[in-house]
Amino acid sequence: MPRMTMIESIRDAMHVTMAADPNVVVFGEDVGYFGGVFRCTQGLQQKFGRERCFDTPINESGIIGAAIGMAAYGLRPCVEIQFADYVYPAYDQIVSEAARLRYRSNGDFTAPITVRMPTGGGIFGGQTHSQSPEALFTHVSGLKTVVPSNPYDAKGLLIASIEDDDPVIFLEPKRLYNGPFDGHHDRPVTPWSKHPLGEVPEGRYTVPLGQAVVRRTGAAVTVLAYGTMVHVAEAAAAETGVDAEVIDLRTLLPLDLDTITRSVSKTGRCVIVHEATLTSGFGAELCALVQEHCFYSLERPIARVAGWDTPYPHAQEWDYFPGPKRVGEALLQAMEG
Amino acid sequence: MNFPTYRQQGLLVAGGYPLVDMMSQIFSNERDPLHGRQLPVMYSSKSHGFFSISGNLGTQYIQAVGWAMASAIKGDTKIAAGWIGDGSTAESDFHAALVFASTYKAPVVLNIVNNQWAISTFQGIAKGGSGTFAARGHGFGIPALRVDGNDYLAVYAVAQWAIERARRNLGPTVVEYVTYRVAAHSTSDDPSAYRPKEESDAWPLGDPIERLKNYLIGKGAWSEERHAQHAAEVEAEVLAAQKEAERHGTLHSGGKPSVRDMFEGVYKDMPPHLRRQRQQAGV
Repeated sequence: MPRMTMIESIRDAMHVTMAADPNVVVFGEDVGYFGGVFRCTQGLQQKFGRERCFDTPINESGIIGAAIGMAAYGLRPCVEIQFADYVYPAYDQIVSEAARLRYRSNGDFTAPITVRMPTGGGIFGGQTHSQSPEALFTHVSGLKTVVPSNPYDAKGLLIASIEDDDPVIFLEPKRLYNGPFDGHHDRPVTPWSKHPLGEVPEGRYTVPLGQAVVRRTGAAVTVLAYGTMVHVAEAAAAETGVDAEVIDLRTLLPLDLDTITRSVSKTGRCVIVHEATLTSGFGAELCALVQEHCFYSLERPIARVAGWDTPYPHAQEWDYFPGPKRVGEALLQAMEG
Repeated sequence: MNFPTYRQQGLLVAGGYPLVDMMSQIFSNERDPLHGRQLPVMYSSKSHGFFSISGNLGTQYIQAVGWAMASAIKGDTKIAAGWIGDGSTAESDFHAALVFASTYKAPVVLNIVNNQWAISTFQGIAKGGSGTFAARGHGFGIPALRVDGNDYLAVYAVAQWAIERARRNLGPTVVEYVTYRVAAHSTSDDPSAYRPKEESDAWPLGDPIERLKNYLIGKGAWSEERHAQHAAEVEAEVLAAQKEAERHGTLHSGGKPSVRDMFEGVYKDMPPHLRRQRQQAGV
């Protein structure tokens, strides 16, 4: 089976869907001729032509607004916002337009668009190349929000997203593009070629939206994570020796609540981990749901480990990033009492 | 495909959309085509080439350009028309639309309906130092025209020209229609708080229907009697449609859209969390 980085598997997903469906178009800033700043769209213009993969002016609202118009025509746009940090000018188009179009027109018009965005930190990108804005999208009815953690899932989830008839926010943890980064920034990252989830089948397959997966089986405590934090949590469990069950949510909305409640009902303990800022983060929603659905199974208060409530700093990146040390401490604390 | 604002319901009427359906949406009753989910005048009808009206200003302008780009990508001959008011040309999406239309030479007609008032602010607030709204098009290298929007024949001629340009794949055209909002912005607006009554009484540029009537009478193609008869027929048709719509209920009495419908159509397939909430709501 071919081995791919997450960049290659994401590119392969677009390749597969563009080849299968002439209505799939790909565009964004630097996406066409150059192939994207992270090279996710490299070669697509050469293969499918300038009408199916093209560069846009630097105008995020224009990118999403044009995509909505194209979707209303009958195309299936998969667009790239160069960094999730740049999506805010397009927020009105996403929230007030794409997310509501099916509802407000009673299904007369729909917006089957996929918005790909590199998310998260770990590359010394400072406050304009490191943010994790997923909660801004999970809060919006009408959107689906996806965060893959590995090349296999990224391809299957992206194909499922492009084929989906509703707008999908597809957040790609950029620190995972080239390897399963576990938060140990002072060590070289294992390449995806040496990781089982770097094995990516050729051709079309999907990872259905709305299905979480147990990444590490354990009996003592449940860790809810997604994106980069899945690997950080796995590292923290291995390093502390805590028998943690790590759940990779994969899709934040619709959320796979069954997998979560099954695990927490078994372990009775729950630690929620995300890179985004703590307050009103997606962890708050997870915390509320676990409390509502697993209250009588809980042995300890639910813990959250997240980015501090500050803008993403530059020089202090590794003091901000919730790495394996902080997650490990939360695991040990969850096992007390 | 038209990408209208809430000032373009005339496009629907001219396109033969049933008046009873329009009024049923105004009443948010059981026959409301949008099932009570959208504000009364924010219509939507794909089969009438009328894109769903948003209410957030300017967003539809760039969407019209995207629709036109899609038509061009597919080698189709269909064109799009974007609509915007003078005030909303200040929105960033107006500029997004013009730069995309210019860059990709999209087959789109970009209409600016300059009715001179954005609720309480005169057109100068949006226009700034620019001589006209049409001139905005020139900055993007897009041919632009400015026309007396209350002159039926001039409007028709200009629109035909711009549509022809788009159909021949010669690219976008900006058209500014200078008109005047003689009435209030909405039913909750009181223009006497911000502009002299004499101004609206004088009706700058005049009543377009009156002007067309006088022109046709002068040409011997119409008469006062036929006009009065026609006006009476139209009024009777509108009143009959209103009565018919009222039979299906109003927002406050009679037949209403179902509460269950509130949960439908958020997604193509209802996700589990909405299903749980619908159960909680007891519908």
